[in-house]
Amino acid sequence: MTTTTPAIGSVTRTAPGGTDRRTPGSPRRRAGWAGLVFIVPGFALYLLVIGWPAVQALLISLRDYKITPGAESPWIGLANYTRALHDPVLARSFVNAGVYMLTTVPTQILIGLGLAVLLDTVLPGRTLFRVLFYLPVVTSWVVVSLLFQYLFATDHGVVNWFLVDVLGVVGHPVNWLGQRWTAMVAIGALGVWKGVGWSMLIFLAALTGVPRELHEAAALDGAGAWRRFKHVSMPFIRPTMVTVVILLVIGGFNVFTSVLLMTNGGPLDQTQVPLTYMYRQAFGYLDFGYGSAISFLLTGLVLVIAGLQYWWARRTADGGAK
Amino acid sequence: MIAGPRSRRVTVAGVRYALLIGAAVVLALPFGYMVSTSLKAHTLLLEYPPRLIPKSPTLDNYTQAWGANNFGRYFLNSASVAVATTVGTVLLASMMAYGFARFRFPGKGVLFGTVVVGLTIPTMLLIIPQFLLAKNLGLLDSLPGLVPFYVGTQIAFSTFLLRAFFEQIPMELDEAMVIDGAGAWRRYWNLAIPLSKPALATVAIFTFLGSWDEFVWALTVINDVSKRTLPIGIALFQGQHGTSWGLVFAASVIAVVPVIAVYVTFQRQLVAGLTNGALKS
Repeated sequence: MTTTTPAIGSVTRTAPGGTDRRTPGSPRRRAGWAGLVFIVPGFALYLLVIGWPAVQALLISLRDYKITPGAESPWIGLANYTRALHDPVLARSFVNAGVYMLTTVPTQILIGLGLAVLLDTVLPGRTLFRVLFYLPVVTSWVVVSLLFQYLFATDHGVVNWFLVDVLGVVGHPVNWLGQRWTAMVAIGALGVWKGVGWSMLIFLAALTGVPRELHEAAALDGAGAWRRFKHVSMPFIRPTMVTVVILLVIGGFNVFTSVLLMTNGGPLDQTQVPLTYMYRQAFGYLDFGYGSAISFLLTGLVLVIAGLQYWWARRTADGGAK
Repeated sequence: MIAGPRSRRVTVAGVRYALLIGAAVVLALPFGYMVSTSLKAHTLLLEYPPRLIPKSPTLDNYTQAWGANNFGRYFLNSASVAVATTVGTVLLASMMAYGFARFRFPGKGVLFGTVVVGLTIPTMLLIIPQFLLAKNLGLLDSLPGLVPFYVGTQIAFSTFLLRAFFEQIPMELDEAMVIDGAGAWRRYWNLAIPLSKPALATVAIFTFLGSWDEFVWALTVINDVSKRTLPIGIALFQGQHGTSWGLVFAASVIAVVPVIAVYVTFQRQLVAGLTNGALKS
């Protein structure tokens, strides 16, 4: 985690080759308790709102939690977790989120990186494109979920009209949100549409760190656009790629609002994902213990996957540096 | 060679533009359709085939959403919560970041580690205990009660980003101010803050957009109709009125316009903040 700091300084202040720059401030950083005065207010709020609930989440998942005042919430050990392991709806919800992640993450990365490469030159209208591509990112999940629900509506939806009347590839209007896999297509399409601008912006930031001279030198040696991208740009954006993949995978498993609003997990729990199922258990059935157990299983799975990716990326990076 | 380097460059630029325009059209079409639907009269909403350009555009949906359906109220609710959250986050996170960037004291590593761990905790993991906490603190169904939870959610990332910026500021500048007799607070307020405007703007934009768009927490803790924020107003409104899509999308456009305004105004800082910021590890 601490490795991020030097790279930041080097982007803005270090001249090329200026490696002897000392870490700013560190030799003369002030000792003393004055720093705590700056830290305490924010840190106290952080502990109250994030730290304490994080501990509570674990404790609640080990209880049969009752929200009614005065009611006992007995400890039941791992019973919520064993229940989760035998819950077919929960298993399906993990499969759905996994499929969503596996389809939307590579798509977002490919399109996002493609757009970033297209925009990574001086060209008129560059800012306009950048703003346009990023607009879905800043628009709320509520608005875009309702919008896609409307676009994918069975009777008067634009998507069906396009497929049936314009292209003629489908005979009848498809009940997109009424079946498991077609609903996942609509939810995934929304995820990609909303997400590409984000990865584009991050990749664009990374591409600005690639020295122009290297591209020019490679071009003089006769390297085409693809070879320049692969051998000049790619090594520079590799660390960014790792970050983007990990964050998108985490985001993919945490898909929630779009499913809640577009299908609410239905029909018959077919499109349930872990968080919609957790939310239903907790705030629909007031089973906070089981809901917390589901949250923890999801968080555990996501952290293990992210950790493995990080470890694998570091390993291959070391092995690849010949 | 038939195609010289010049004509080849022109072709490449042409392909580049064609691809970019194609992507822009695909990404903008859903928005365009949303705006067009919001301008359609109620009777024309279910017409088939759907029309991208409404036949006789009307602002009825907007006046109705703003007035009769409380959206003016929801708009003000969202705006005050978002502004309070932004001010609180920028202040508390920048102070915390300054403490971590400029001082040494025992236990600092543990404290900063605790903040970094917060970056990896998915917010939805905490929603159940946070709900119980809000209940115990009497903050259910309270608009000001949203603010500490929003600030808490944003503070880890903001601190992380700002600390990285503060660390770049040369220590010599601090030393010069110390010689002039400036205390820690003045060095923070008169030196670090003014020099970190892009980073502060980035944090402010992310925080503002995050709390303006936030849905799940507000849905969970707010019951009172008059205390709804825009996202819950829109979502629940859709449920109540079945297919009043014209109204839903008029309300959506009202909710999206401030976001676009904030983003377009500050996007230069946002890009600068990200380019130099913590994401570039």
